[in-house]
Amino acid sequence: MMTIGSESRQRFELPARIVGGVAAVVAAASVLLSWSYDPAALDDMSFWGAPSPLQFHYLALGALAAILYLLPIALRPRNGSWTNWVAWNTAARFASFTLLGFPVIAVIAIALEAGGLINVDPGAWLALGAGVVATLAGVLLPTSPEPAMHRIKTHPVIQILAIAAGMGALLFAAVFALGLQDAGAFLLYAGFAAGLVLTLLRLGVFGWLAVCAAANKRVLVLAAFFVAFAFPFTQNGSEANMSIATQVLIFGATALGLNIVVGLVGLLDLGYIAFLGAGAFTSAVLSGSAFATINWTPPFWLTVLISGTVASLLGLLIGSPTLRVSGDYLAIVTLAFGEIFRITMNNLDGSDGPNVTNGSDGIPGIPDLNFFGFDFGATHVIFGVTIGRFANYFWLMLLILALIIVVFTNLNRSRIGRGWVAIREDELAAEAMGVNTFALKLLAFATGAFLAGVAGAVKAHHDVSVTPDQYVFLESAFLLAAVVLGGMGTVMGVLIGATILKLLPEKLRFFSDYRLLLFGLLLVFMMRFRPEGIIADERRQLEFHATDEELAEEVEEELVTYHAHYNPDPKGQK
Amino acid sequence: MDAATATTVDAAPGSGKDLLLSATDVTMQFGGLKAVNDVSMQIHTGEIVGLIGPNGAGKTTFFNCLTGLYKPTSGSVEFIGRPLPPRPRKVVREGMARTFQNIRLFHNMTALENVMVGRYCRTKTNAIDAIFRLPRHRREEREATARSRELLAFVGLEKHADTLSRNLPYGDQRRLEIARALATDPKLLLLDEPTAGMNPQETREAEDLIFRIRDLGLAILVIEHDMRFIFNLCDRVYCLVRGEVLVEGPGEVVQNDPRVIEAYIGTPQIVEEEGNADA
Repeated sequence: MMTIGSESRQRFELPARIVGGVAAVVAAASVLLSWSYDPAALDDMSFWGAPSPLQFHYLALGALAAILYLLPIALRPRNGSWTNWVAWNTAARFASFTLLGFPVIAVIAIALEAGGLINVDPGAWLALGAGVVATLAGVLLPTSPEPAMHRIKTHPVIQILAIAAGMGALLFAAVFALGLQDAGAFLLYAGFAAGLVLTLLRLGVFGWLAVCAAANKRVLVLAAFFVAFAFPFTQNGSEANMSIATQVLIFGATALGLNIVVGLVGLLDLGYIAFLGAGAFTSAVLSGSAFATINWTPPFWLTVLISGTVASLLGLLIGSPTLRVSGDYLAIVTLAFGEIFRITMNNLDGSDGPNVTNGSDGIPGIPDLNFFGFDFGATHVIFGVTIGRFANYFWLMLLILALIIVVFTNLNRSRIGRGWVAIREDELAAEAMGVNTFALKLLAFATGAFLAGVAGAVKAHHDVSVTPDQYVFLESAFLLAAVVLGGMGTVMGVLIGATILKLLPEKLRFFSDYRLLLFGLLLVFMMRFRPEGIIADERRQLEFHATDEELAEEVEEELVTYHAHYNPDPKGQK
Repeated sequence: MDAATATTVDAAPGSGKDLLLSATDVTMQFGGLKAVNDVSMQIHTGEIVGLIGPNGAGKTTFFNCLTGLYKPTSGSVEFIGRPLPPRPRKVVREGMARTFQNIRLFHNMTALENVMVGRYCRTKTNAIDAIFRLPRHRREEREATARSRELLAFVGLEKHADTLSRNLPYGDQRRLEIARALATDPKLLLLDEPTAGMNPQETREAEDLIFRIRDLGLAILVIEHDMRFIFNLCDRVYCLVRGEVLVEGPGEVVQNDPRVIEAYIGTPQIVEEEGNADA
């Protein structure tokens, strides 16, 4: 792309705004035309004059872009005034990119799904053309200063309303995305969502929302759980989505356990799935299934505790000899441990030793839970909405996840959490400050394993059967990827990471052959552009404070003089 | 060994007070190298003791022997009449805390959190207390926060409580390390080159800080290269050369001892094999 000097950008500004605004309006209007000749493609975009839900999203985006282009002409944003708190131009640019990207994905998807570009109708071509023009106009606009919407003083009531609106939008987006059956449509929607998020980020909306959220943390947490709780009501008995959602929660709970070990203490564990497996097998053996090898069925709350305890004992077992090694060595030992677990479960079939797991057949036919007559396997009708089997497990898992989050945050914000992070930062210094590093590492292993074991106890009932081949190394790798992708040491980040890593493969099944490739690329890009993960740890986030930046510069200078004056012994402690 | 003649043990200013630390004939051998050879040292309460010596004299190694990082090959270290346990974290519990020559803060934690880690060994909250936010957790958390803020104020960092320690200026990092060590409620504080890389202004501030720590009733053992700093500060100075105590005594005595001058800058006479002393 050619580079344009800032002077000529100034000169082009007004024409670029008008052209961009018109192009955005044209793009929005294109949804009135048919995009696809074939109604089967992209959840039907073949109507003239009646946009599909996805096209309505595009319409809204076009309208937003038009506002971003045209409104500043009237407002004339000046430095220092509220009109400059929004990064109009950068946001317009990102909206235009999305206006272009959306029809590009749509055209490709229609061509692939319906068989040839001949199926692409004029509407899509018009949108594509308008998107190109809008993008060019967006590139011509001068770059705006950083958005400063977070400086707006907001009334507490409005803050809470904003949180509610944000959560509502999140729920709507999740329900809409899960409702898309067509893989191309899902991809299109994912692209739209990514573009919209980037646009709003540039607008400064997220900065403002973050301030609102920080001021009302409890409200935020309550709203998030309310949204999650309300989710089954939007599905009206659709079991497929509820099963995916429950799996996401189980995966997320396990990832939170791993987050203690990896994110807080900084120990690399590559065999973590074994603890989920230990919990699942324990729960299965005690479930009262016809194939269970122990004829004792304790109440479920007790099963959960036993499963967690078994897993954490396993954690202690593997931890006590291996935590004396660190870094790569620990990774290799835990990797081997994960495999040993799977192979052991495969061989505990009674042919050579006790029969615990029925070998590779595993334990099928695990009965549904029953709490005081509330049968988890049955379909219930609540407030006129059908609540299916998986929705029951979803709620149970949601409750357990809430408890796990409480355990995680309370530990993190205590003396123990500080000790853990100190070990991650500098183990020798931690020991020299009186921290019992070995005991704390062991505690991290045991606690993390306990949480995974608890998740496994629910998983056994949700899945109906437990077999050793579910607990392969790849699953451990995915757990680790969820933690790293989402943001080590955070709750929200890890849950988002878990959602992405569990949801994408379910929705993009046609892509399943390439999903490892996709995730590999995703991780590489994350490490390059945002190594701290989607959500940065609070401690790491502090780096972005303005005062800290000044301090950081000072430190730089100091270090330069320090090295110039005094050359310390590079080996330090000898 | 025979050169390590103690000059004025009995006249030590701290002799009227309680004996805090007593190291007897400590030897640390790495393979064929005797990094520390038969070093004996006494420190009394309220005393500031300096440890000087050219590079490679074994000062930090001796420190590590005291703090449990190394287990001495032979010799014994007694702290308040009891032998020191050979584990750093147990040594801290006994009441001996240290700073490091090359700053070793927890870089991604805030200044306050760094100091609160120092409180770890004086608190007892366990996982159950923390998970259920039981009274003990809340009380200890409150106390640890208050005490840590107090210590941050003591070293002059109260404004930077919520700053990540890695974003602090160099001199502040040194002071934060001292605050973290003080948080362990030590009776004896070991400072490993606390003014390395500081400008004269900061060095004076560090001096002032060390005096204020002494006034709290702590004993301090300090390794330093800055001679003016050491002789301003210390009641007694040990000079370590090639792992052995060359001279011990009040600052003026050590300062003017020809052997010390020789160890640092060599002899003006014909250089014999001893000329390699400060290798």
